[in-house]
Amino acid sequence: MTSNDFFILLPEIIISLYAMLALVIFVYTGKDKHASLSIWLTSGVFLIVAAVVGLNDNTSSTAFNGMFIDDAFSRFVKVVILLAAAVVLVMGQDYAAKRDMLKFEYPLLVAFSVVGMMVMVSAGSLMTLYMGLELQSLALYVIAAFRRDSAKSTEAGLKYFVLGALSSGLLLYGSSLVYGFAGTVKFDGILEATGSGNLSMGLLLGLVFVISGLAFKVSAAPFHMWAPDVYEGAPTPVTAFFATAPKMAAMGLFARVVHDAFGGVVNEWQQIVAVLSIISMFLGAIAAIGQTDIKRLMAYSSIAHMGFALMGLASGTVFGVQAMLIYMTIYVSMNIGTFAFILSMERNGEPVSDLSALNMYSKQEPLKAICFLALMFSMAGVPPLIGFFGKFYVLRAAYEAGLAWLAIAGVIASVIGAFYYIRIVYLMYFGEEIEKLDVSGSRRLTAVLAISALLMISGTFFSLFGIESLASIAAGSLAN
Amino acid sequence: MSNLLSLITFIPLVAALVLAVLSRGDSKDTQLNVKYLALAATVFTFVASLVLLSGFDPNFTGFQFVEERKWLLGMQYKMGVDGISILFVLLITFTMPLVIVASWNVTYRIKEYMIAFLVLETLMIGVFCALDLVLFYMFFEAGLIPMFLIIGIWGGKARIYASFKFFLYTFLGSVLMLVAMVAMFSEAGTTDIVRLINYKFSSETVTVFGFQVVGGAQTLMWIAFFASFAVKMPMWPVHTWLPDAHVQAPTAGSVVLAAILLKLGGYGFLRFSLPMFPIASDLLAPLVFWLSAIAIVYTSLVALAQHDMKKLIAYSSVAHMGYVTMGIFTANQQGVDGAIFQMISHGFISGALFLCVGVIYDRMHTRDIDAYGGLINRMPSYALIFLFFTMANVGLPGTSGFVGEFLTLMGIFQVNTWVALFATSGVILSAAYALWLYRRVVLGDLIKESLKSITDMGTREKVIFVPLIAMTLLLGVYPALVLDVIGPSVAALVETYHSTVDAHFLMSAAVSTASE
Repeated sequence: MTSNDFFILLPEIIISLYAMLALVIFVYTGKDKHASLSIWLTSGVFLIVAAVVGLNDNTSSTAFNGMFIDDAFSRFVKVVILLAAAVVLVMGQDYAAKRDMLKFEYPLLVAFSVVGMMVMVSAGSLMTLYMGLELQSLALYVIAAFRRDSAKSTEAGLKYFVLGALSSGLLLYGSSLVYGFAGTVKFDGILEATGSGNLSMGLLLGLVFVISGLAFKVSAAPFHMWAPDVYEGAPTPVTAFFATAPKMAAMGLFARVVHDAFGGVVNEWQQIVAVLSIISMFLGAIAAIGQTDIKRLMAYSSIAHMGFALMGLASGTVFGVQAMLIYMTIYVSMNIGTFAFILSMERNGEPVSDLSALNMYSKQEPLKAICFLALMFSMAGVPPLIGFFGKFYVLRAAYEAGLAWLAIAGVIASVIGAFYYIRIVYLMYFGEEIEKLDVSGSRRLTAVLAISALLMISGTFFSLFGIESLASIAAGSLAN
Repeated sequence: MSNLLSLITFIPLVAALVLAVLSRGDSKDTQLNVKYLALAATVFTFVASLVLLSGFDPNFTGFQFVEERKWLLGMQYKMGVDGISILFVLLITFTMPLVIVASWNVTYRIKEYMIAFLVLETLMIGVFCALDLVLFYMFFEAGLIPMFLIIGIWGGKARIYASFKFFLYTFLGSVLMLVAMVAMFSEAGTTDIVRLINYKFSSETVTVFGFQVVGGAQTLMWIAFFASFAVKMPMWPVHTWLPDAHVQAPTAGSVVLAAILLKLGGYGFLRFSLPMFPIASDLLAPLVFWLSAIAIVYTSLVALAQHDMKKLIAYSSVAHMGYVTMGIFTANQQGVDGAIFQMISHGFISGALFLCVGVIYDRMHTRDIDAYGGLINRMPSYALIFLFFTMANVGLPGTSGFVGEFLTLMGIFQVNTWVALFATSGVILSAAYALWLYRRVVLGDLIKESLKSITDMGTREKVIFVPLIAMTLLLGVYPALVLDVIGPSVAALVETYHSTVDAHFLMSAAVSTASE
């Protein structure tokens, strides 16, 4: 049976082997001379694996005695992670080249963290979960501090590491409690132990700690403190990566744990998740208003978005998971476009992340400005852009689960949040004229931005490109 | 022509795309081409909508020209018009060419300007044609984006404040409606407006956070919809965004805002609140009546105190919209007929008044009433046109303004005499502020140095007013033109409304007798 087990893990194994081999080969050949090759190669591997995973038939299977689960849910999340990682890697190349940070290790570290994410969403036990999480996190700590000569970047890396370690500690502590009281680390075993519906104090405590640890990883308030500093400090290509793939993975893991392991006691965690959701939405919306740095602003924006995704999760239903998956997919596609824009913000060759640099940008580059406008309104959830549909799905999930108050709170937060998105539009279209940004030379970034904006607009006409039914199958494959 | 409605809706959008893709540069010729293309597109849309009207059968009270296509989550792309909505489509397609001509002198970013207006036209027509809840919401909300840009880019000095206020105010109202829509979708399992009208939403009393809510789910949803439409109307006390938006918007923006966007709220009440939540509407009608009466009297008084012409007309719009909300919730034939008539007639009159302000603003670049006086000496034709629309605004018999006010007042008198009394006093007040404005701006001696060289209206400016004058007069002397189209649909609406409400109260009366 072991060969079959390995076969199920094939996608993860391919990426791991590739990353290790490439590391050795590049070290002994040209090192950083081959950095671009390394980026393209890694992206290529991601795309191939995404195709392999995505074209898999719709069966659910487990490996290693249920430690590792391969089902429609994990495949959906993995495809989004892989595609996002592939695009973000290629996107950041020019930026990295200009700043002399084009190192061959960077894409390989990303590859390792992607393997971690894939293991996370396929986790069938608390041990697998932790292994995946740590593999992902360790790689991310390193790339957050990738600009060793920049104080901000190293600070970001250190902060991320310390707080990440703290959250891992919480998670581990919770896991040990769960193990102690349920007698197993495997999700199906925990599900059985909690199946009667009443939770012992120890299990409840364990659940709370596990959820706190997971909330750290998705940067949901009140466990969000690391996000703004890390977003701001890390080099922009790395920030772009942070804002997309790991968020998707952490949300996938979150859904996996609460449904596969604690699906029998929805009432116990529903309140916690709903409170996390409401705090995140309001904190993200209100704290972003005062920001002047666009990367920090995006950090708060992502906190608010995580709040909405958690709203879908809080409903505790299959439809809620579907809504969350749709929301996250849309979120990732919006953020890729947004960061393509942020990466292209330069003045005299130096990267700029000050919001005021956008003043009257529309006069300089009308095409990019209109694309960015579409993305901002999509983030704010204004129809007909597809950001609206993400909100629509999670609102419906929350309402149907009897959380109408959460839905109402959510839309009010979204109005507050709309303020800073339209402030960006205001700066671009009717701000004051100041020192201009460079006219961007990177065609690649413009293309990513334009495609992302086009998706925002055309998604409405093409029924969200069918992700609705895919997400529905994916959500249906979770145990609950 | 089975796709006629989609055609009408999306022609302006296609024209906008063509402009966006093909038009390059900023030379005089390009600017002219842009304007001609926009004009051609809007005129063509108007012609197509005339075809629509000619194929419309007023005696059939269901939806006509229905198109249906599958969409996501069981929602659908469904379009159709009935007697209530078709005239609003006509109002839009009629107004837009005039708006384009009125902005002939705009030079700043003319391409984007025309694109914004064309996109806005598509979205506004879509609102009145959509027969799916979510589709309606999409058109309804999306209109905020171009309007936000129109006020923000081409507006006056305080445009930033005004555009943000406009956006956030209306956005807050609409998202509450969105929650109610989600609730309706979950309850009824469909977003098809036709089926939702026939679906009976629960009106059992429920308890929310310890408060007893009479009318139950209907009341809660009604309030959520009210939050959105009352802001759009706008009703007192949530009208404060309107004066700011009007004052800061460019002339064409003001015209669109007054003539069309304000009607979205009234249409929403007619399409959703009355037929879908009849019991809640019946319970809460007194609230609407008194808010409307306050709006009519209070905003008329506020209008008297204004120094800015646009602000004065904006407040007068709020007052006139008070008649509309009042008429709608009387839920009788005269009241609802009158409300629709008032909306259409207000579209012509207020649009024309803002154009009148635009004419002198283009010359003097001020809207301050004190900066004018005695214009009649140098601008006789302007004085005449302005007088005509001032009188129409006051509601002089023979103009369309009279019919709408008269019908709504007649409707309300049958339901609530006190409200009728207060509302009627608004007629006097409107005469006071309108005539006083006219006297201060147009009459008297021309003593201000700056006005000595002001020129009368040019041909283009006069041409814009011709269709508006014609419609105002025509509808004033022959209101059947409108009433025949809307009458049967309104009658059907009123009849279903009353039968539902009567059945409900008969039943609850029966239940209470039985329990005794």
